[in-house]
Amino acid sequence: MLRRVPWVVWLFLLIPLAAEVFWVFWPALNSFSLSLTRWNGIGAAEPVGLGNYVDLWNDPIFRTALRNNVIWVVGFGGLSVLGGLTLAVLLNRPGRGIGIYRSAIYLPMVFSLAVTGLFWRVMYQPAGLVNTALGAVGLGSWERQWLADPDVALYAVLIAAVWRQVGYIMVLYLAGLKGVDPALEEAAAMDGANRRQRFFSIVMPQLRGVNAVVFAVTVIDSLRTFDIVWAMTRGGPYNSTQLLSTYMFEQGFTLVNLGYGSAIAVVIFALAIVFIITYLVRSIRQED
Amino acid sequence: MSTATTPLARPAPDPGAAKDRARRRRRAIGSRSPWFHVFMIPFTLAWITPMVFVLVVAFRSFDDLVSRGLSALPASLSLEGFATALSAGGIAGSLRNSVIVTVFAVVASLFLASMAAYALSRYRIPLRNAILLVMLAGNLLPPQILLIPVSKIAEGLGIYDTLLALIVVQVGFGLGFYTFVLHGFMRSLPDEVFEAARIDGAGPIRIYAQIVLPLCRPSLAALTALATTWIFNDLIWAMTVLRTETNFPITAALLNLQGGFVSQWNVVAAGSIMAAVPTAIVFFIFQKQFVSGLMVGTSK
Repeated sequence: MLRRVPWVVWLFLLIPLAAEVFWVFWPALNSFSLSLTRWNGIGAAEPVGLGNYVDLWNDPIFRTALRNNVIWVVGFGGLSVLGGLTLAVLLNRPGRGIGIYRSAIYLPMVFSLAVTGLFWRVMYQPAGLVNTALGAVGLGSWERQWLADPDVALYAVLIAAVWRQVGYIMVLYLAGLKGVDPALEEAAAMDGANRRQRFFSIVMPQLRGVNAVVFAVTVIDSLRTFDIVWAMTRGGPYNSTQLLSTYMFEQGFTLVNLGYGSAIAVVIFALAIVFIITYLVRSIRQED
Repeated sequence: MSTATTPLARPAPDPGAAKDRARRRRRAIGSRSPWFHVFMIPFTLAWITPMVFVLVVAFRSFDDLVSRGLSALPASLSLEGFATALSAGGIAGSLRNSVIVTVFAVVASLFLASMAAYALSRYRIPLRNAILLVMLAGNLLPPQILLIPVSKIAEGLGIYDTLLALIVVQVGFGLGFYTFVLHGFMRSLPDEVFEAARIDGAGPIRIYAQIVLPLCRPSLAALTALATTWIFNDLIWAMTVLRTETNFPITAALLNLQGGFVSQWNVVAAGSIMAAVPTAIVFFIFQKQFVSGLMVGTSK
């Protein structure tokens, strides 16, 4: 490393840094100050102090969105981690057909969330494959309008999102499993530990690092989730699939309540920051 | 990787028992139960069912859909859905927009990120670790906290509703992550290479262009694969800085298609297939780089 920094190297750093400050940090700060105002984008913003936050607290749709987001973190996170980890363990060692299985499971991950949403919209149509398949196996009574029924719409969207996420989580765990020392597992097997014991006592502790990353990534992703809900239900029917991000967009862009929308964005930020820090701390440790 | 081929550590006194134990152990860890494929084959087929179903729907004609039902097997194949989506649905134009935005944003992001990573990894810049972390943190922020001000800034600069706005926003938001990954890689390059170049009289720009960039090719390839799919697949930034339909990238155009061709599922399906194919191609060509890129970012 060179102690003397030539001016051109300063430019190398400052140009990209300025781009990020201008398009990321400056707007982020603006959201905080906007959240303390009432503004429809025309004229001057009217300062209202913490008024927007008080209104949020009393806003039933905001509460629904918050509750849905909790369901989303637990359901989306839980199912994709369970699926991704199981598949990673099953497909960890090479063998016949493993490459094909892996590719098939990765594939949805490269589609955009908008595409995934549309795929599943077709699946969930009243005459779509989901209902047809249920009818074919004698579960005709389960058939319903998946995306128009406020009781199930959120879960229907969640399944579509999990379908896309599992491949990503599997990649992360496959990487983690590569770092697991096989000798330890062999030794445990010699001592008579069965599969389950070996997995929970030998393999899982060695995956602690990956678990931390997966946890942080999943929560951050859950709080950001927007595209797939927008593509499938736009938060409806009757706000039953509203997440914080979709409600923020509706308030900020559809209804042009810029202050109120910013307040929701600040709430999303406040919920995400702990997990962002977790991720950062982990990243520094890796760097060193 | 395979534990099945690990040789026994030391010879056992009774060869028969040792062989037996080895076999048992091999079954315990090394080999798969025959039930493995019995489970995996149907599972994998079920996993790809949504894609196959949409693909079939995309190739059916509207009359066929109406007369035989959405889930029926097609009586004949037709390109009607694709033709309608491309022309009347505006998918052709939006694909072009997506390609323009993706190419420019990926090149600009990686160019700027590699410059920042070079400065931070090879020079004693004060607070360099803090700068790097702050840059990465910016990429982790929920985009929601940026959307409203970003659209206002784009309006203020007079670039609202242009592809340029979408490109610069994508570059600004992605930079932190790309810089972080490239920094990790550049730091691992051997000092001797730089020493030698310096003795030969190469300045910082020449070292960057002729030594660092070529050596970084593997990370740049991985990041290119990742960034291409991310930017191509983006919806929320497009909805934030664009308003006119003819400027929409494919993701936003798809949602319009859905609104404009209600219940013409062959058109919607054809549109989503066309939006999915480019990233699927990138994935199949660069599967290795793609997967290693995902790993680089999260766990080495």
